[in-house]
Amino acid sequence: MAETDYRITRRAVLEGGAATCLFLASGLPVGAENAGAAMTAGPATAPIPRIPMTFRINAVEHALELDPRTTLLDALRNHLGLTGSKKGCDHGQCGACTVLVNGRRINSCLSLAAQHEGDEITTVEGLADRDRLHPVQAAFVAHDGFQCGYCTPGQICSAVGMLEEVRAGWPSHASTDLAFGPAALSDAEIRERMSGNICRCAAYPNIVAAIRDAAEEV
Amino acid sequence: MQPFTYVRANSVNEAAAAVAARPQAKFISGGTNLLDLMKLEVERPTHLVDISRLPLDRIEETPEGGLRIGAQVRNSDLAAEPRVRSRYPMLSQALLAGASGQIRNKASTAGNLLQRTRCSYFYDRNMPCNKRAPGSGCAALGGFNRMHAVLGASDACIAVHPSDMAVAMAALDAAVETTLPDGTQRTIPVGDLSRLPGSTPHVETALGHGEMITAVILPPPPPGRQLYRKVRDRASYAFALVSVATIVEKSGDRIQSARIALGGVAPKPWRPMEAEYVLAGAAAADAAFTEAAESALAGAVGRGSNDFKIPLAKRTIRQTLAAAVEGV
Repeated sequence: MAETDYRITRRAVLEGGAATCLFLASGLPVGAENAGAAMTAGPATAPIPRIPMTFRINAVEHALELDPRTTLLDALRNHLGLTGSKKGCDHGQCGACTVLVNGRRINSCLSLAAQHEGDEITTVEGLADRDRLHPVQAAFVAHDGFQCGYCTPGQICSAVGMLEEVRAGWPSHASTDLAFGPAALSDAEIRERMSGNICRCAAYPNIVAAIRDAAEEV
Repeated sequence: MQPFTYVRANSVNEAAAAVAARPQAKFISGGTNLLDLMKLEVERPTHLVDISRLPLDRIEETPEGGLRIGAQVRNSDLAAEPRVRSRYPMLSQALLAGASGQIRNKASTAGNLLQRTRCSYFYDRNMPCNKRAPGSGCAALGGFNRMHAVLGASDACIAVHPSDMAVAMAALDAAVETTLPDGTQRTIPVGDLSRLPGSTPHVETALGHGEMITAVILPPPPPGRQLYRKVRDRASYAFALVSVATIVEKSGDRIQSARIALGGVAPKPWRPMEAEYVLAGAAAADAAFTEAAESALAGAVGRGSNDFKIPLAKRTIRQTLAAAVEGV
């Protein structure tokens, strides 16, 4: 199990108290099935067997033992301290939780952690190459592709996955021809392909500009 | 979310038997609709059988010249598949008109067919809903029913089937292959998979408990031009108000044959066969398109807020038929 560099967040303190928070950060060792009762939301009379699972997140192996109800998003945020992925709607409508699973973008809020056994997961924390930002990250900075920034990790992960789909020649609803080629990536294409990511600050013009720029570089 | 236990199935037969063994068990694949509903406790399974990793993710040629789509093929892979794009373009168009990039990457073919209605009263546990709580009534009948059905509904339920993909599949005369808990298999036309609500809207499909969809079979592509047209409240990532899938085969100035399937207007993908009869052999002109549209909606019943869907569906049928004919 990887060591987790974890700092206490205001949210975690508010939700569970610092002690619980530190406990969660350690991941749950195999065999500690009764120790995590405090975080189980179900009736006390019905203890749920935890599920051991391992996955690679940002090139680091993690082993956890979690309540089956834990979504991938909650595993990342509450159990591994990777709070870059955001919880917006928690129903797949806003895209703030978007991560890459085996290179593909998905809503981590609409996926059970247990379903990702053995998967390779990349969050916004794993995109940069040490101090060198991923081209999509750099483009968002250069174009000021945000205001409050809450949707930004999801926008960036989604754009990285989307540009891979473009490279693979996947058409979209905006494509005039199903024989889509990457050269046809217009602003209308970018907007259609990014429609699963909502920005409440409406920074869309700059988000589109950032992705347009990054598309040439990625 | 209510507590549940989770297992990953190793085979189709094992999965079907595992669900059949427990009345409150469910299959989970992409989970994009099921988990949404579980968080709201509209769905409350006590046991989930994960079928997402079963080897049902291939798209193969059938001896008849069609395609066999594995139940676990993701919506994005199906939409991008070159053979689907070239031979069944309406299927790619329908898939790409639905959901978001993230959801299409997760959602499975079978799961798309079996997704539940987005009726806001079905989603709201504080409201009556015969589908969620049989016998409690239908709040949509006298409520906010702008998104609801004008065809095939009943006084017990006016919810619509939300899928785009299923509409194209219905027009293509696709069928699902299933495996039953006892290991036997059967084939069900996509058009017969969803049931009309009648007095039992909680019984949504022809599938038995534990019966699992393993594939969708597309017959060889029918002659003619295919087109899928979706009308919705915003340009992307919204459910259909009305959608029209059509295949028009022309011979000179006349229509040889035509198929129509409607989405967003009924509890299942709606094939107005009477409209197809009107078009067969007719002159390929607006008179026939109008007559077909009128006959397709002849039995439509508006419930107030959704009255507009009736003229909207007629206009969309006419416009889609005209576009399909022009392109031939």
